Amino acid sequence: MQRRSFVKTAMAAVAVTAIGATAAVAENPVLKIGFVGVTSGPAAAWGISNQRSMETRAAWINETGGYTIGDTTYDIEIVSFDDQKDPKRAIAGMEKMAQEGIHYVVGPNVDDGAAAVRPVAESNGIMYFPYAFPKSLYEAPASNAVLGMVANYQSGPAIYKYLMAEEGVKTVAFVAANESDPLSQRDGGVEAAKALGLEVVSDNVTYQVDTTDFTPVLTPVMRARPDLLVLSGVSPANAPQLIRSARELGYEGVISTETAQDAGVLAEGAGDLANGFISVGGASTPELASPAMNEFVQRYTDMFGEYNDESNTKVYALEYILETLKADPAAITDVDAFQATMDTFEAPNPFMNGDAKLRYVGMTSFGQKRQVAVPLVVNVYQNGTFETLFVAEVD
Amino acid sequence: MEQILANGVYLGSQYAMIALGLTLIFALMNVLNFAHGQMYVIGGFVTYTFYGQWGVPFVLALVMSCVTLAILGALIEKFLFAPVIKGSAREESTMLLAAGIAFFLDAVILLVFGEKQRGVPKIVDGVFNWDFRIIMPYDRILICLLAILSIVAFIGLMQYTKTGRALRALAQDRTAAQLMGVNVDRYSMIGFALGAMLAGLVGGLLVTITGVNLGMGGPTSIKAFMMVMIGGAGVISGAIWGGIILGFMEAIGLALLYQYGDITYLLIFVSLMIFLAIRPQGLMGKPWG
Repeated sequence: MQRRSFVKTAMAAVAVTAIGATAAVAENPVLKIGFVGVTSGPAAAWGISNQRSMETRAAWINETGGYTIGDTTYDIEIVSFDDQKDPKRAIAGMEKMAQEGIHYVVGPNVDDGAAAVRPVAESNGIMYFPYAFPKSLYEAPASNAVLGMVANYQSGPAIYKYLMAEEGVKTVAFVAANESDPLSQRDGGVEAAKALGLEVVSDNVTYQVDTTDFTPVLTPVMRARPDLLVLSGVSPANAPQLIRSARELGYEGVISTETAQDAGVLAEGAGDLANGFISVGGASTPELASPAMNEFVQRYTDMFGEYNDESNTKVYALEYILETLKADPAAITDVDAFQATMDTFEAPNPFMNGDAKLRYVGMTSFGQKRQVAVPLVVNVYQNGTFETLFVAEVD
Repeated sequence: MEQILANGVYLGSQYAMIALGLTLIFALMNVLNFAHGQMYVIGGFVTYTFYGQWGVPFVLALVMSCVTLAILGALIEKFLFAPVIKGSAREESTMLLAAGIAFFLDAVILLVFGEKQRGVPKIVDGVFNWDFRIIMPYDRILICLLAILSIVAFIGLMQYTKTGRALRALAQDRTAAQLMGVNVDRYSMIGFALGAMLAGLVGGLLVTITGVNLGMGGPTSIKAFMMVMIGGAGVISGAIWGGIILGFMEAIGLALLYQYGDITYLLIFVSLMIFLAIRPQGLMGKPWG
């Protein structure tokens, strides 16, 4: 069980519990922030990296005296709910948040869950930060969802343009799991690729989400000999196996995805075969990560035994919520005030070097500011780590 | 066509291995072990820990997977299934217990091994390429051979050893076996341990190819049940045929039907429903159980 020992994990669990327990007796009042997402089953890695990012940041804030909003300093408590990637459970989770009087929730992680909770969130005055891409969640009349990351229809074209210019890519093939998120990401990618003038040589190969051996899946794709193979919406669990199978089948072109990945998982699952794999990440490459980001990574590792590179993106949602509340303390119980503040909100980005800002974007994609301005950092995997390929901004 | 056959043999051999343990437990105890997939996952994680993390030789890590799962299986049988079987004549009691164990093992796996996909270094490098007619990495070929060898060894154990004969007697008629002097409690435990050990063995073998993660348990169990239903529940040869048939159906479907989207499993499920409607006992099973 490598560095993560049972004892260490158990201690982390006890520590998290203790934080919750002590919050009740601490001098500071408690500000509850919710998380509704998938923390069990095949997609557990997505939600667990969310939850642990929030718990790490909350523990850090509480340890250093709390978070001051207006005249009050709060301890932060994370209230989590595992929706098991089931929309019905996601609704139940959002209802639980409403019952606990929580107005700010991170999640859900997938499209159908995010769509399902919309009525509950809007009728109960809850702002939520999904990791789901359907534009209808963020376009008016929808009002309470804020996209917590960069969408594939924003990162995909940027990656394709870069590869066309730098690598001479002319043909592309898409492979996706047979479920809603990857399929919609594939369709968006195909549309973007065609708009850019790429020739799409294969876009109908899909695989079951529980597939473990991708050699038979990829064999027909390899016959098309694309310059670029896009793994649409690929989960971190499947990415190494897909890369490995493609390379073992003799594929020598570029492989990319628009989802966040974990370098350790790629190293273990595909080794050197993953070199050159392009994915979207956050701000943890050495040249971008600020001292605060490095401390976050260290604290996360200390708390849970092992860092997850997906948290490079997922560290942001809680920070956005708290900083926006700090900008307008009335928003703690009034999401209308929160929404009004979003239009003009701006604060320093603590996790990136330079003068990067936290601000809400989305005017181009959604017609209103309903997206956090996470940096669009495109990484390339090389020998066990990610290197920054280029950085861009959404909107 | 050559590639389809190669993929079919490879998938079929690993599927047959997965189904063997499940059908053995069903044959001996009439228990549908919903936790079989979770046992497979634990086997993968044990090999990952020993071989991938601690640098123990692969074969030794594989042995550790087998031993760990055999012990786990024996304990589960002795302290959970045996008391329930003795205390309740209702079959759903053991089904609920098995489902509960599956959820419990999922939680334990998450706590101990974490949520991430895990993989181990390749045990053999290189790819066999026959003029682009068959492309197969050497490690897959090796794992396929090891799986076939394991199946042969298992059949040998069941056919030619005292334990195997006792287990077969138990599977055929529990009461008659007891009257003939077979220690039913002891051999039930041995059989369950053997079934769990097979799950651990295949998990340990396949972690070198597919890696392992928390979420693999449930889908693995479902596939194993499909193979057992195709071949005939509780019949060893049926499980092997079920695995081979499913492997070939998957290989052929993925190769020939890809242009129609992901309909391979749709057709497999439809075929299974029609097949079971015609022959509910499966290929090798008997109508009377």
